Amino acid sequence: MKFENYGIGIIKGMAVTISHLFRHPTVSQFPEQRLNISRRSRGNELVWSREKCTGCATCAKACPQGAIEIVTSTNLKENKYEVEKYRVDTGYCIQCGLCVEACPYDALFMGYSYERAKYRRNDLIQADDELLESPERPVSGYFHPEIAEKLPKQTLLVEKVTEKRKKE
Amino acid sequence: MVIPDFALNVPLAMQVTPADWPGGYWWHWLFFTIIIIAFVLIMVMGVIYIERRGMGRMQSRLGPNRTGPFGLLQPVADAIKVLLKENIVPATADKVVHWLAPIIAFSPVLMIFAVIPFQNGALLADLNIGILYIIAVSSVATVGVFMAGWGSSNKYSLLGAMRNVAAIVSYEIPLALTIVGVIIFSGSLSMNQIVVAQDIPYILVQPLGFLLFFIAASAEINRSPFDLMEADSELTAGFHTEYSGMKFAMFYLVEYAEAIAMSAIITTLFLSGWRGPWLPPWLWFLIKTIIVFFVMVWTRTTLPRVRIDQLMALAWKFLFPLALVNLFIAAIEVLVWPDISQWIFVGANIVIAALLVILGSKLFKIGWGRLEV
Repeated sequence: MKFENYGIGIIKGMAVTISHLFRHPTVSQFPEQRLNISRRSRGNELVWSREKCTGCATCAKACPQGAIEIVTSTNLKENKYEVEKYRVDTGYCIQCGLCVEACPYDALFMGYSYERAKYRRNDLIQADDELLESPERPVSGYFHPEIAEKLPKQTLLVEKVTEKRKKE
Repeated sequence: MVIPDFALNVPLAMQVTPADWPGGYWWHWLFFTIIIIAFVLIMVMGVIYIERRGMGRMQSRLGPNRTGPFGLLQPVADAIKVLLKENIVPATADKVVHWLAPIIAFSPVLMIFAVIPFQNGALLADLNIGILYIIAVSSVATVGVFMAGWGSSNKYSLLGAMRNVAAIVSYEIPLALTIVGVIIFSGSLSMNQIVVAQDIPYILVQPLGFLLFFIAASAEINRSPFDLMEADSELTAGFHTEYSGMKFAMFYLVEYAEAIAMSAIITTLFLSGWRGPWLPPWLWFLIKTIIVFFVMVWTRTTLPRVRIDQLMALAWKFLFPLALVNLFIAAIEVLVWPDISQWIFVGANIVIAALLVILGSKLFKIGWGRLEV
């Protein structure tokens, strides 16, 4: 005779919940405590390098959303394209990373930053110098393992919590 | 009928003292009315805090911790928010019914506290039919809920209210029957006398009665796992879908005030109310009430919500027969052995309770098995 249908299950379940009551909760308080995000995160923004870009427009062709707009002019003296306008509508961007993979000259990176919500839709459109790398706009290691190596390792919530529980 | 000995042999100091107040009965009335209203409102806030923090921790969260130290001011913030909100009445609603419903739901809950003893003789009215009064009055809250469901002219509200009525009509029976078991042992219907007669907490003398009463009480006050009337996943919010602002706050208040009232009743009936060593009696009463409420929170976090047919089947096929048998056994024990120590009943009744629960669950079936359509 199995003693499973006589309220034993309820008692077991209640033992589980009460054991959770005396355990450290599995949370991090976001604005104050931040965990390192994945090194290969495909963040909210694109980072573009003006020096490396040749204006070939491969990224614009690769973009499934058509979010990248690039305008070039020919520089006959130095026999190359000059980028006149490089414009990304991040509102359309789906963070697929295809443009970064397509770029033959490593001039395009995914961003490592997050919390990039805007109040106006127009603010989502970024162009030219707004797209360059800066301390506020770090580069993610996506498709670039050499960059990923230098970034801090991702912290998992589980590791943090177990570490805390061991201390107690 | 033979009146059990232990009910008569109560020491004189423990007897109920009459309301001997300067200025007569009205001072007593005023004093306890203020105390009861303050008690209910403050306890509701405290209990909401306990529920949200406790539930958070049991679900591996922290619960509200931003407003004030340890989030203690969260209920205050909620109250202010809800007071400032707009009060929307649906265009097709039955306006008068819609307006009256929260008040009709709230007043009986306050009325329950009139007969709950905070310590010996410290209660608004020591009715000699106290527990009967509670059964009668607490059911009136259902009318308020049904009025809310009807007056909102919303299918979800009406469905929730119908479920509520069905559940309460069913669960009232095992609830009343288990109370009768307690009354047989205490020999009195007065809440204060029940506590005075409780030399051994009746949770030990009536373990099955306590279990059945606790289940029926959780169903009666719509706490999960029986909160089908406001099942968010099925009925948006049940009967208070169309309520907002202050009227919603009233329903919220009713929900928790009912939970406190039921905890207080369980404390009085089964946990020997204000009696206890060392600490002052009212503190014992408070501690026990909060512990009972905590067990309600505990079951809420653990158990998933039942279906409506499971709810009904549990009431009629499990609680009702067991409550009858429990009452029968209690009656036999008191009638046949009125003079022996109640400690003998403790052991016997725990064994009987275990056997009956196993037998009841063995025979318990929902419907006639699965119906193939």
